[in-house]
Amino acid sequence: MQGWGQILGAAAAVWMTTTLSGAAYAQNADVKAGAEVFTKCKGCHQIGNGAQHRVGPHLNGLFGRQAASYDDFSYSKSFRRAGAGGLEWHADTLDAFLENPRSLASRTRMSFRGLKKAQDRANLIAYLRQFSDDPADIPEADPTAQGSDHNVAPAILTLKGDPEYGQYLSGECTTCHLADGTDNGIPSIVLWPQDDFVVAMHAYKSKKRIHPVMQMIAGRLGDEEIAGLAAYFATLEE
Amino acid sequence: MTLNRRRFLGAAAAAASLSAPMVRAMSKPRVVVVGGGAGGATAARYIAKDSKGAVDVTLIEPTRKYYTCFFSNLYLGGFKQMEDIGHSYGGLAAGGVNVVHDWAIGVDREAKTVSLAGGAALSYDKLILSPGIDFVDGAVAGWDVTSQNAMPHAYKAGSQSELLKAQLQAMPEGGVFAMVAPPNPYRCPPGPYERVSMVAHFLKQNNPTAKIIVADPKPKFSKMGLFQEGWANHYEGMVDWIGEEFGGGNVSVDPAAMTVTIDGEETKVDVCNVIPAMKAGRIAELAGVTDGNWAPVNAADMSAKADGDIHVLGDASQQGDMPKSGFSANSQAKVCANAVRGALTGSKVFPAKFSNTCWSLIAPNDGVKVGATYEATPEKIAKIDGFISQTGESADVRKATYKESEGWYTGITTDMMG
Repeated sequence: MQGWGQILGAAAAVWMTTTLSGAAYAQNADVKAGAEVFTKCKGCHQIGNGAQHRVGPHLNGLFGRQAASYDDFSYSKSFRRAGAGGLEWHADTLDAFLENPRSLASRTRMSFRGLKKAQDRANLIAYLRQFSDDPADIPEADPTAQGSDHNVAPAILTLKGDPEYGQYLSGECTTCHLADGTDNGIPSIVLWPQDDFVVAMHAYKSKKRIHPVMQMIAGRLGDEEIAGLAAYFATLEE
Repeated sequence: MTLNRRRFLGAAAAAASLSAPMVRAMSKPRVVVVGGGAGGATAARYIAKDSKGAVDVTLIEPTRKYYTCFFSNLYLGGFKQMEDIGHSYGGLAAGGVNVVHDWAIGVDREAKTVSLAGGAALSYDKLILSPGIDFVDGAVAGWDVTSQNAMPHAYKAGSQSELLKAQLQAMPEGGVFAMVAPPNPYRCPPGPYERVSMVAHFLKQNNPTAKIIVADPKPKFSKMGLFQEGWANHYEGMVDWIGEEFGGGNVSVDPAAMTVTIDGEETKVDVCNVIPAMKAGRIAELAGVTDGNWAPVNAADMSAKADGDIHVLGDASQQGDMPKSGFSANSQAKVCANAVRGALTGSKVFPAKFSNTCWSLIAPNDGVKVGATYEATPEKIAKIDGFISQTGESADVRKATYKESEGWYTGITTDMMG
């Protein structure tokens, strides 16, 4: 049961997972390799278009969901207790669970011994995340923000940012975020797909994402400025 | 030769606004930066980096290694080692900044030169002063620079921080640690109170019956509710904060007798941390750009109101609403670097944007923060919007805030030093 308190704590303080842990699981994760790993799971779990509960519940929209929360699936008592206790599925809780399922739900019916290799787990988590689209699937963290990130007008997404302006504005980012993309307690923001960057910044601006510093910084950036930053960070060479 | 060159440079600078590419063709414009802290190091690095060799950048900084004031309280509390907060200037030098370890002792604004203690005089087209703080003479009765070994200020990190820590470690059981807190405005508004927290943490571990007295000339202070909540939670009964209302501003010290007299009441103490009233680092005054204790600046580009070719950054500047913090200095430096580079090379100048966040550690994994964004108005740097940690936050939130501050520390020191 070691780590149980930590995991519940992490699940309870959602923004903590977004700021601290998310990126660690996202680094160097390979979605394709994760699809390979998922072959171990698909005897029991479906995922993707039209997925249904089978032996295990379907895994669409997993991220940010409370454990054992489908009324139409029959969970073990262990899992129902864990869900009622606040366990939510995020990159870090999934990582702990996939390493040793019984560490989180001691009498789970899922007969799977776990994935010992951290890289396998990271790949699988990255793969699973493809099927949780609320909010955007970005490398900063698992999708844990409140509400949808996707309400960004198409006109905003098609804005072509000025990377030179972005470079100037980036000075405000690099006081905390490392320009070489390493994560030393503050997530990496370099080399993101531009759309993801724009969506994330607008989610902070509209306070759907909950980090107070980022809400403040994004809150006064205009659409052009966000586009400029996205353009600059997307192409930053190491 | 020197005279001709100066005249030539002056003409080149005058031409810059009209025909920037010509300037590049004729000679390299020169920027001299005085002070290698959060403001000066950042400005030097950004101008050198972004001008890609088109501007000659010299940084004057007396110390070989820069110890950050931010996180120096964490060293006192035992959370960081001295080495963790020390940074060499090698990264800046490798990034194209000419780093000169010397003291700037004078500025000739007519000739546009900076004189150094070592004897050299450096010409500049733009001068950036980021000298940090000095102390106001006579601010605390009985204390001057000759007493700083008996009663350290530890408000410029380095040997003073080590001295204060050694004194803290040597305190007798049940002894008294006194702090004389500074009046506004001063470097790092939450700094004295984070220090109280870190000293309390050390004493709780090593000398739990010891006491802390704070004599404060102010009626309230930065993050007051958060600190007082933390002191009550973690260090109950240890901290006695004497604010303005109870005579905290009426203080004298006797470094020989190791006594502090607060509002007429003399107390024998074991350690006394005197943080006097502050003013801009002396070179700002010598350059003639100060008005009173600080150097007034234009918010749009941090240029001194007294001289458009001199910019003043960070603690030394009087800019409006931003607190005197390393984060603020770093933020101002980037606005200044963009403006200076634009003036000298014709590169695009973007509108000023400023921000600040100050993290403080109250106890292990109990971090708090306050921050705001700012804009340039014709009058000053004006606050737009801000936030502060809340009292009663969960342990997880506080722990995450502390972890975030560690990430920020890596971020800002990399941003400054390369």
